[in-house]
Amino acid sequence: MTDLTVDGTIVGRGNKDGARLFREWFDGLTQAAAEGRGGAYVFVMGSLAELLRTFDLPIVFPEINSLQTAVRRVAHEYLNEAEDYGYSPDICGYVKADVATQLRGGELPMGRIPKPAIAVYTNACNTYIKWAEIWERMYDIPIVTLDVPGSRADGAQTWPGNPDFENDRRYVQAQLEELIPQLERVAGVAFDIDRLRESMAQANAMSRAWKRVLELNRSRPSVFNALTDGTIFLGVANGFRGSAEGARYFEELVEEMEYKGEHGIGTLTDELYRLIFVGVPCYPIFRRFSELFTELGGNFVSSTYLRFASGGTSLGFEYDVSHPLESLAEGLLVSVRDAMDNMFFQTGILLEMIDDYAVDGVVYHPIKSCRTVSTGLADNRRALMAARDVPSLFIESDMMDRRVVSEAQLKNRIDAFFEGLAARRQQAAIRDS
Amino acid sequence: MSAVVTFPEWQGLPLDDVLFHCRELLEDPAYPTVRRWREAGGKVVGHFQVYFPEEIVHAAGALPFKVRGGPVEATQADSHFGSYLCSIVKTSLELVLSRHIELEMFVTHPICDAARNLAAVWGRNFDYPCQILYLPQNANSAHAAEYLRGEYDRLRRAVEAVTGAEITEGALRASIGVFNENRALLRQLYAIKRETPWLIAAEDAYALVAVGGMIPREEHNALLRAVLPQVRAREMKQQDRIRVVFEGGFCEQPPLDLVRMIGRSCYVVDDDLLIGLRWILEDVPADGDPLHALAEAYLERSSYSPVQHDLRKPKERMLLARIGAADAQAAIVTAAKMCEPGLEEQVAYTRALDADGVPYFVSEFEENMTSFEHLEIQLETFVENLLFE
Repeated sequence: MTDLTVDGTIVGRGNKDGARLFREWFDGLTQAAAEGRGGAYVFVMGSLAELLRTFDLPIVFPEINSLQTAVRRVAHEYLNEAEDYGYSPDICGYVKADVATQLRGGELPMGRIPKPAIAVYTNACNTYIKWAEIWERMYDIPIVTLDVPGSRADGAQTWPGNPDFENDRRYVQAQLEELIPQLERVAGVAFDIDRLRESMAQANAMSRAWKRVLELNRSRPSVFNALTDGTIFLGVANGFRGSAEGARYFEELVEEMEYKGEHGIGTLTDELYRLIFVGVPCYPIFRRFSELFTELGGNFVSSTYLRFASGGTSLGFEYDVSHPLESLAEGLLVSVRDAMDNMFFQTGILLEMIDDYAVDGVVYHPIKSCRTVSTGLADNRRALMAARDVPSLFIESDMMDRRVVSEAQLKNRIDAFFEGLAARRQQAAIRDS
Repeated sequence: MSAVVTFPEWQGLPLDDVLFHCRELLEDPAYPTVRRWREAGGKVVGHFQVYFPEEIVHAAGALPFKVRGGPVEATQADSHFGSYLCSIVKTSLELVLSRHIELEMFVTHPICDAARNLAAVWGRNFDYPCQILYLPQNANSAHAAEYLRGEYDRLRRAVEAVTGAEITEGALRASIGVFNENRALLRQLYAIKRETPWLIAAEDAYALVAVGGMIPREEHNALLRAVLPQVRAREMKQQDRIRVVFEGGFCEQPPLDLVRMIGRSCYVVDDDLLIGLRWILEDVPADGDPLHALAEAYLERSSYSPVQHDLRKPKERMLLARIGAADAQAAIVTAAKMCEPGLEEQVAYTRALDADGVPYFVSEFEENMTSFEHLEIQLETFVENLLFE
């Protein structure tokens, strides 16, 4: 148990440790690249890191690498290089940044990543599949789709025992059983079911804690910013899933957030408005984008991003380690499905969030790069507005391409949104007096 | 034969008039065939591009209608979507918001990130069932066919609930027979395109295929049975045009005028236009378990497209095979604007064509485009270079 009274360092520990873990992870990848080891390329929605880890493969998340180029303000160099290679300005910026990374031999601002030895990806985003096909062509490596059927319609989720759920589960489990021999061949490591159990137990601890962290932001003032702090937590949730460090990090994060909640320590000095973020962050101006809200007293208390970009592990699904493969299949199915629901069928999810987190406004941020997340947002906003009298803001930019990010335009819209929030509060006060 | 004749206009007319009516129907924003079907009490299941097992809807006595956008302004649908999207997603919704098309059920597929969103978008705007049919994305899993059989069974139950009709194995087998005939007739049409392309204009061949998604398949079969012998009997001379394969029409469709424009300087000897209607390449066995037969055919006896991943079908190798089989001299490699899978595939296609020394013309299109002059000049220059090299 951490001594909370010795030096008070518990506040801010999550961000500090998250940054350290992230550096260590990248140092490890750079080392693996230097040794000529091939990596397992995976994506955030259904990474299966808990399985891949047992084969001692360096785990590479190209989405995280790509967004790092934007945060570090060099994405345009990578995008230009991929466009010169032939890729259209109208496709996913993450894909293009990765293409350029591969053309540069894995060089990134944070270090160097190993070449892929295998790619394992779900269909949570269709672009994952097209992306993996690029590596297949570049490197002639095995690429494995783990097809995870999602919800067929809003509210139509099925559960264990339902014939349709069981049809999906058998399919997912069969694919996992087909994947394991491929991993053995690529890694040269025999599958060890006890290592998988151990890794799944660590993933369980992380999922439990991740769910709790998200719940803890219901406190007033909120204990973290779902956009900025949350992105650091997400990096650890993905990069360290199934590991002891990852589980420990999240258990300590719960401790920190509980401490902050109990002591009324908020992330903003004066939290005036509690907001939900829907979409993908604006990484080219990541800090500034957040400041456009926080400077006016707005804090993001929750987001769909923290749910879908953690592959649905925010659900808190816990594996039954006595039946590892069956449970891994069920967990993958339920969690990735939840990630997809948070992108496609999010009206009910947002309504719950609005109540649970006492939300004052909803900010939609569709982006050019990502049709998965962005296609339905305008329609979703209409549905949400019809269902609940809550202010909302709809602003478009991108997660990678600064050519479509206009800070001045964003600021105008955001300022007007806050004026509306203030007027609404004044009117409510007059009404109540 | 279905009781309602939805497309009587062509019957008893000479070939040129038949083809005229097919083109007219294709561009008619009122969708008269669907309206007639509904007026006669029929039910309609709309299915978005690319492939859909229409036999299951047909076996329930309903009309499977291919939702493929259209040349309309998305005046109502625009406010339901963001900025960076392909047109077909918007105009498809426009057709139903504007009541040009009315449905009892809508099905989309995980073909791309935009299309998958449509079940949610439509579901928030209409009371009828709107759902995703999860066609397998891991075609290489040994379990994929069994999974798909289960998914088709789920669809069967959903269609039964909407239509109130039981879908029996016998009805499914009969529907498979109707669609097998249709696929065979379409293969004949494509054989004409490959072997004697001067006998049918590119836009006419396209219209003949496309109307199949708008009328009962028995009517389409009757149309093709009547038309194909007349096309073969035409006395037309081969002209000095290059033989091309058109690639990029698997989902959003180019306007008819664009196809016509290409046909002015090229013989389109093969293409992937509306490939979903021609996805299954051979007869589906009509004996045994019909749902399993359909699932197996989807995976094992099928074409290719940028939106189906199958390790056995690298798209660029498949395109080269299509070019070779059609004895084409060049390829027109297109993609709909903002179409992520199409645009990504263009890179692989053009690199493979470069490696194999196949000339190609790269372009983007949009279903609503109306000006083709610039594109036509570019294409003519490309063609002239080939003709005079």
